Amino acid sequence: MVELTKQRIDACALLARASRPDAGAVVLFLGTTRELTDGRRTLTLDYEAYDEMAEMKLAELEAEARRRWPLIECTIVHRLGRVPLAEASLAVAVSTAQRADAFEAGQWLIDAIKRDVPIWKQEHWADGTSEWVHPN
Amino acid sequence: MIVRVKMFAAAREIVGSGEVVVDVPDGATVADVRDSLVAQMPELGQILPHARWAVAREFAGADVVVMEESEIALIPPVSGG
Repeated sequence: MVELTKQRIDACALLARASRPDAGAVVLFLGTTRELTDGRRTLTLDYEAYDEMAEMKLAELEAEARRRWPLIECTIVHRLGRVPLAEASLAVAVSTAQRADAFEAGQWLIDAIKRDVPIWKQEHWADGTSEWVHPN
Repeated sequence: MIVRVKMFAAAREIVGSGEVVVDVPDGATVADVRDSLVAQMPELGQILPHARWAVAREFAGADVVVMEESEIALIPPVSGG
């Protein structure tokens, strides 16, 4: 399941959803807003998406992960709009029978999401400036 | 023909809109749209070399042909998560 939301991500709900009798492992990744980057202090992050394409790409990534690993549950949620310090912008929850698959699938999904999903973050720095993050 | 290009993030701020219209010949490709865009809006010059393109919500190479009704988007380097 994939979702874009403006709401705060509910990690407990994601864990509950992923936990199943046939799963021996549940792995949850949260990407959170970090305060310090190369010595600069972040006040907050804002996220924007090309919504329709982002949802499509997230669904494609879930499908690809399910082809590669025997996933039981897979939930990907990306929050849009303002995401304050220490709050999650991205959650990836996977459950599998064996833990190696859950760790591998989770890692693969996060890396793929950060590479290929049309979502962008804007840094609001403590010095009052803002900039869109467009890594080259 | 007139095509519409969706703008996001820094590109959207630079052009001041979520969408830009560009006039290109029939049979134009993504490369033609890109060239028209940079001619029309040189201020996008910084972003364009590193940006990807999407047509019909799929990443598209420079040689992909576009049509009047194509959903085209300029995709600056992404930074989700």
